[in-house]
Amino acid sequence: MSGVMPLLKVERLSKSFGSHQVLNSIDLKVELGDVTCIVGPSGSGKSTLLRCLNYLEVPDSGVVFLEGEPVGLRWRGKKLFRMSFNELAVQRQKMGMVFQGFHLFPHKTALENIIEAPLVVKRMARMQAVAEAMVLLEKVGLTDRAHYYPRQLSGGQQQRVAIARSLAMQPKLLLFDEPTSALDPETVGEVLTVMRQLAEEGMTMVVVTHEMSFARDVADHLIFMDGGVIVEAGEPKVVLSHPTHARTKAFLARIL
Amino acid sequence: MEDEKSTPQECPDIHATRPVPVMHPSWWIGGAALILFVLAFIRLLVTNENLQWGVVAAYLFSPEILAGLGRTLYLTFLAMIFGLVIGTVLAIMRLSRNPVFQVASWAWIWFFRGVPPLVQLVFWYNLALLIPTVSVGIPFGSDLWSADTNRLITPLSAALLGLSLTESAYAAEMIRAGIQAINIGQTEAAATLGMTRGQTLRRIVLPQALRIVIPPIGNDTISMLKFTSLVSVLALPDLLYSAQMIYSRTYQTIPLLIVATIWYLILATVLTFIEHYVEHRLNSDRPFDLSKILPSLVRSRFWGTGRRGMSV
Repeated sequence: MSGVMPLLKVERLSKSFGSHQVLNSIDLKVELGDVTCIVGPSGSGKSTLLRCLNYLEVPDSGVVFLEGEPVGLRWRGKKLFRMSFNELAVQRQKMGMVFQGFHLFPHKTALENIIEAPLVVKRMARMQAVAEAMVLLEKVGLTDRAHYYPRQLSGGQQQRVAIARSLAMQPKLLLFDEPTSALDPETVGEVLTVMRQLAEEGMTMVVVTHEMSFARDVADHLIFMDGGVIVEAGEPKVVLSHPTHARTKAFLARIL
Repeated sequence: MEDEKSTPQECPDIHATRPVPVMHPSWWIGGAALILFVLAFIRLLVTNENLQWGVVAAYLFSPEILAGLGRTLYLTFLAMIFGLVIGTVLAIMRLSRNPVFQVASWAWIWFFRGVPPLVQLVFWYNLALLIPTVSVGIPFGSDLWSADTNRLITPLSAALLGLSLTESAYAAEMIRAGIQAINIGQTEAAATLGMTRGQTLRRIVLPQALRIVIPPIGNDTISMLKFTSLVSVLALPDLLYSAQMIYSRTYQTIPLLIVATIWYLILATVLTFIEHYVEHRLNSDRPFDLSKILPSLVRSRFWGTGRRGMSV
C-alpha cells in the first residue's frame, strides 16, 4: 500500500497546560487497519495526545491529519481557519472514542444510546438504526440488555455498550482512552475480548492502556510515552521484551 | 447494680432472647408537647365563633370564588411556562462563551431577581406613563405596527409580565445549575459521536438537567401560586381578590380569608403531589406506585431507615 497516505498522521503536536508542557512535538502515523497501543506512566501525556487527535483538546501547535485532511483546521485560499464546533462535528464522526468513564447517556437505554447518533446526526430511519444497533449489541454480547438503562448494567457491560455506540457511526478509527481502567478485574476481560475481536475484523484503533498483555498480543505498534515525548516505539514484542531506553526499562520493570 | 451484672451462665440463650428496643424519652416528651399544641389549635378552630364555619361553607364553592380560583390557576401556569421558557434561554445565554450574552443574561437576572414582584406589577401596570405607545418597525425608520400602551397593558398582561419575568430570573439560575451539574463527559461523548452543539444541548444535556431541576421547579410553582395573590393590587379578580370583593360587601373578613386559605392549601397539596409523581416517574423505571409516593410526601430519610427496635 505504498504511496497511499496514512489514515492518521500527527505532525509536531505540542500542548501545554499553563507552564506544564504535556506534549512536546509528537509525530505519529497510523495506517488503516493498524492497532496502536500507547503506554506510559500517568502524566506522560498519552491521554492528552489521544484527546488532541479528535480535538477534544486543542493543541497549541502541530497538526493532526485524518485521511490527509487537517483536523479542526480548514484552508480557504491561502488562509488557514479554525473550524467551528459544528464543522468539527463532521470530522469527528469518522473518529469514535471510548472513554475510561464510559459516559453513556444515563437517560437512555442501551439501545437508545446506540441509535442516538445515527438518528440525530445521520438522520437514519429509526427501523434501520434499531436493526443495525441490534447487530452491534449482538457483536458485544448484550442483545438481552438492549432495554436496560446504564445504571442497571455492570461497568463491563456499560463499556461494551459504549463501544457499540461508537461503532454505530461507522467510524474510520476508534480511539480508546484507558477503556478498562475503571473496571473490576473480573470484567476487564469481557471488554478486552470485544476489542480483540474488533482488531481481528480490521478496525483501526488507537488504544491508551495499561493492559500490557493486550498490547503484546493485539497491537501492531506499541508506543511508550514519558514526559510528553515518544520515548520508544515499535513492534510490541520487541519493545516489551527488549526495551532500549532506560525509561522504558524502568517503567516495564515496575508494571510487569 | 450488682444483680444486673449477672454472669452469662444465669442468662437465657442470647440467640433465643429478643432484645428490648432502644427507648427514646425525648420522642415521648417532645411528641406530647406538640400534641398539646395541636389540640389547643384544633380547639381554637372549633370553638372560636368569629371563624363562622357556616359562612365558610356557604362561600367555599360560590361561583365568584371558583372563578377567582380558575384565574389564580391559569395565572400560575402561564407565568410558570413563560418564566421557564425565558429562563431556559437565559441559562443557555449565561453559559454561552459570548461575553455579550453572558453579561445580558447576568443583568436580566440581577434586575428581575432584585426587584420585588409587587413593585414590578405596579410598574408594568403603569407602563403607559413611561412609554405611551409601543411600535414595531425598522429602527429609525417607519413603523410597521404600533399600539397605545394603555390598550396593551391590561391587569392580566401586567400581572403576567411581572410574575413571569420574576420567575424567569429564578428559573434561569436553577436551569443553569442543572446544566452545570451534567458531567462534562456527556458533552464530550456527544461530540465524539459527531453531534452538534444544538443537538447535544437538546438531546443530551437538557433532558438530564430537567430531571435535576424538577424538584426546584415544583417548589417554584407552589411559590408562584402564592405570588399570584399579589395581583389583587391590580384589581384582577384572582382567588384572593374575589374573596376581598365579597367581604368588602358583607364584612365577613375572616371567614372569606379562610375560604381563600383552604383553596390555596388544597392547590399547594395537589401541586406537591404532582411534583412527587413527576419526580418519581423521572427517577425510577418501576411502575407508578401510590403507596410509595404518599409516604414520600411527609417522610424523609436521614438517620438511616430507622426500623422499629433498631437504634440508628
